[in-house]
Amino acid sequence: MAAEVGQFALILAFVLAVVQGVIPLWGAYRGEPVLMALGRAAAVLQAAFVILAFGCLAASYVACDFSVALVAEHSNSRQPLAYRIAATWGSHEGSMLLWVLILGVYGAAAARFGGTLRETLQARVLGVQGLVGAAFLGFLLFTSNPFLRLNPAPVEGTELNPLLQDPGLVSHPPLLYLGYVGFSVAFAFAVAALIEGRVDAAWARWVRPWVLAAWIPLTAGITLGSLWAYYELGWGGWWFWDPVENASLMPWLLGTALLHSALVLERRGALVSWTILLSILTFSLSLVGTFLVRSGILTSVHSFAVDPQRGVYILAIIGVTTGAALGLYAWRAPALRTGALFAPLSREGGITLNNLFLVALAATVFLGTFSPVFIEILGKDKISVGPPYYARTFAPLAIPLLALVVFGPMLNWKRDAMGAVLRRVRVPAAIAAAILLVGLVTVGWRNTLAAAGLGLAAWLAAGALAIPGRRWWAGRASLRRSIRTTPTAVFGLALAHAGLGLLTLGVVGVTAWHSDKVLNMRPGDSVAFAGRTLTLQSIDLAEGPNYQARQARFDVTGRGGPYSLTAEKRAYASSQTTEAAIHVSPLGNLYVSAGDEAGGGIVVRLWDHPLIVWIWIGGFTMALGGLVSLCDRRLRLGVAARAPAPVLKPAPAE
Amino acid sequence: MRRLLALLPVGLFVLLLVGFMAGLRRDPAILPSMLIGKPLPAFALPPLKAGETGLASADLAGQPVLLNVFASWCGPCKEEHPTLLRLKADGVPIVGLDWKEEAADGARWLDENGDPYLRAGNDRTGRAGIDLGVSGVPETFVLDRRGRVRYRQVGAITPDVWVQTIAPLMARLRAES
Repeated sequence: MAAEVGQFALILAFVLAVVQGVIPLWGAYRGEPVLMALGRAAAVLQAAFVILAFGCLAASYVACDFSVALVAEHSNSRQPLAYRIAATWGSHEGSMLLWVLILGVYGAAAARFGGTLRETLQARVLGVQGLVGAAFLGFLLFTSNPFLRLNPAPVEGTELNPLLQDPGLVSHPPLLYLGYVGFSVAFAFAVAALIEGRVDAAWARWVRPWVLAAWIPLTAGITLGSLWAYYELGWGGWWFWDPVENASLMPWLLGTALLHSALVLERRGALVSWTILLSILTFSLSLVGTFLVRSGILTSVHSFAVDPQRGVYILAIIGVTTGAALGLYAWRAPALRTGALFAPLSREGGITLNNLFLVALAATVFLGTFSPVFIEILGKDKISVGPPYYARTFAPLAIPLLALVVFGPMLNWKRDAMGAVLRRVRVPAAIAAAILLVGLVTVGWRNTLAAAGLGLAAWLAAGALAIPGRRWWAGRASLRRSIRTTPTAVFGLALAHAGLGLLTLGVVGVTAWHSDKVLNMRPGDSVAFAGRTLTLQSIDLAEGPNYQARQARFDVTGRGGPYSLTAEKRAYASSQTTEAAIHVSPLGNLYVSAGDEAGGGIVVRLWDHPLIVWIWIGGFTMALGGLVSLCDRRLRLGVAARAPAPVLKPAPAE
Repeated sequence: MRRLLALLPVGLFVLLLVGFMAGLRRDPAILPSMLIGKPLPAFALPPLKAGETGLASADLAGQPVLLNVFASWCGPCKEEHPTLLRLKADGVPIVGLDWKEEAADGARWLDENGDPYLRAGNDRTGRAGIDLGVSGVPETFVLDRRGRVRYRQVGAITPDVWVQTIAPLMARLRAES
């Protein structure tokens, strides 16, 4: 029953999305308030029906209704309840449903809270959102229907991929999708602005919080994904340059650029058409990120549901949305007003440079990800692009960007003087130099690069703290007051940039000093590794709720010890997973993964990962910085919305 | 000028789309080797046990031969092993490359499970494996009598793989002058 309700709800949502995609655009063109109001109603209703459909699917999972094909394929009655619920979005169809759910909710939010926008602009934004929604609801209904029934119904279902039966999965895809889909709002705003042919301050004020709202979960989602890959895949790494990881990194890089350029547009009215272009490209890369891995063009550990039929549909969607938006851009952008002028050495100039670097980084990742496809089409060669490519291209671009980050917030808008800027960064520079010296002395001259990396991390962290620090130093006469009057956004900025410093610290540490070892161990064997001694105590069998585990218990003495670790290899009905044992500490992790049995013992892989936790702490700190900043924005939006209210024509009541 | 610049993104995008359309038709799961038709990269590896001969790329010419990359820490290698032993009994020449481990571990593994190799070399650092483009173990290269790579098998040689793919190729290579 639930499946049929869900099916109907999905069809209704599709029809409503078509209505939302056509009527308000027409209404805005004709200037008909009633038609534009209809768009708002359609957006809210569409969201309600998609939520209903999603609820129906989740209910089928919870109730173990194996007559629904999707439930039978991804769940069984022994699977714990939390993972039965998480399985709702653990399949291709389910994750697509989550995608349109989030799109619908964002659309409804734009309809509900966009009342202070110019009415035609809001109607056009909703219209574009509706068209995107209709495309994806159509994709879901016609190629990936989640509600198909099985007849006869099986007594028991198969299983969710055991790799995905993990707390990480419960939150990783929803966070990523919140990010990807969140950029659809910026995309809709950009297309609406191009249709209107004007970009004004209200537009800029509205876009930035939406970009921020998408950037925060995307940052957190990527960080969480990296963490999940680290402990669940058992490969002992935190980033693999896998196509799917790259697919999430590209929109993040462009989204970060957009976040900064939107700031310039908001404050100074400059970089108008650039910001529009970035909005379009960021969402396009999000589409590429979500969908290209499902098309069979690229392989990856993540790729599920490879189906060329779907691939064609997906390419058609990407082609039409991005193609139409870029076509519109080519037509309308030259007519947009050019923004205010600024000197090369200014906050605007700094952000432009930041944008150039971020776009170049995204292009690097793009080339690395897709060059195998293009090289194979052009020649017959099959190549694979791995970490060495990124070490040679990504790192040389990222390092100067990191070095320049500290200058950005220190620059004045419009114009600045070199001497004054350098004076402003003297404290962080002195701290970084001190760390560099200490580093050189302690790790030795041979590790110059590692010491330089530590210096860079310190430079970033100190530079970030210097942003509120300088403010408070200037107002030190009444320190409490100057702390209280510091805008929340300043704290957000400092947190986000400091997070980048922590991330750098982690990357430098693990890159410079990691070590690993593979060996065969029998119970009682000991091995000396990275200042520790590991002894394999025992190999036992244990029962989990829906798996059997072989547990290898290790006693560790030496650095940070003594402690004991248990590494598991789990046999689920369908496949096996490796649950690595990880001893976490701020200075470094010990990572033990117990593999197959061989030669009377088990294969043990050991990794020493100095400072690696700071990578994830840094990532989450950046997301937290965004969140803090968003809190401030919302207040400011309220103020900004209230102030011009008498001037703007109020939205008609529905 | 501005107009041309504004046209640039959409132009690039159309090109990209055409590329993706063409890309849809290929199968990314097929992994041929860059080395097909080329001679093996040069290597000379020490033996697993002191006193035996090691494995050098120069020794592999003369007759078609299988170069099998294995390691004692690899699960699928164990699965593949009985097939290799049977091939040895049938007189198929196989040489082994013990990848990324101490020679003693590889030697112990061969002692316990049987040794299907005419000779084997130990690639402790994995350097020779990198030159060969090995992505994981087990992996097997089919070499012709001039020592050129003719086929690369990623993953275990199962009886099916042997009968359907490698055996006919070996017969053809033996017939080549």
